[in-house]
Amino acid sequence: MSSAYSITASVNPPRAVYLDFPLGHTAGKAHDKPLQRRIMIDTLSALDSIQVPGTIRSLSYQWSENDDWKDRVMRPSTNSGGGTNDDRKGRFLEPQYQLPEDQQAAEAQMTGNGCPGCIWPEKV
Amino acid sequence: MQNNRPPVDYIERTRAQYASLGYPPYAWARHEDTPPFAPLRKPLGESRIGLIGSGGIYMQGQVAFHYRDDISFRIIPGKVPVAKLRATHFAYDLTDARKDPNVVFPLATLRDLARLSRISEVGPNAYAFMGGIYSARKVREILAPALADRVQKDEVDVVILVPV
Repeated sequence: MSSAYSITASVNPPRAVYLDFPLGHTAGKAHDKPLQRRIMIDTLSALDSIQVPGTIRSLSYQWSENDDWKDRVMRPSTNSGGGTNDDRKGRFLEPQYQLPEDQQAAEAQMTGNGCPGCIWPEKV
Repeated sequence: MQNNRPPVDYIERTRAQYASLGYPPYAWARHEDTPPFAPLRKPLGESRIGLIGSGGIYMQGQVAFHYRDDISFRIIPGKVPVAKLRATHFAYDLTDARKDPNVVFPLATLRDLARLSRISEVGPNAYAFMGGIYSARKVREILAPALADRVQKDEVDVVILVPV
């Protein structure tokens, strides 16, 4: 599944489906179960129906009535009227938890069995 | 207002952004040979489906990802309740992924399709990592083989890859 056509074309996987949605929605819209399901059914059927290696099939769903969202993607200086060219977050070496209580839960686990299901492959 | 415009060219926009920040261009993974191709061996209704997502999903109780070339991954049990899933990533808008992790990690969607007999079942585990890894070499040589090994041990017939 992909929402970044040029990157997927460059990587050239065996098969792909392309969904023309903003990044962060590769599998559909939040809380729209029927849409998420249709997208996954289309994805699964591409496994069978794509016969030519390297095919990227475009799915027909549209994010909104118009494509104006494409103007704002990765153009923070245009969005904010000047200033920064980089709206990504900083690079931190500490774990970046969604919720403070997640950190407490993880630290509680660490004092017991370590981190369940966390794999650091360099360390193996 | 304009409709049906071509896909956003993220490679081009990244190039422009890096240039404006004074960074050298990013070296995207590029493969020009015909990719390896494995036909489905059985109908989807009889297939066990695996899931690997790069949207920075972790489970409550696990250590979250950090934002500097973190090539670790998390094993997410196939039956985990969605309410236990979290999202963390430095480079995309997390608002919707935090409301509904299925938008980048469609595990519950696959479970629904198993219930509807569209697929046989979801793999015993799904796998998640944080895709903002600058070293394509580390992904190719360390992370990808480790994940491939896991899904083979899970004996899935198909793996759905969900990048962000």
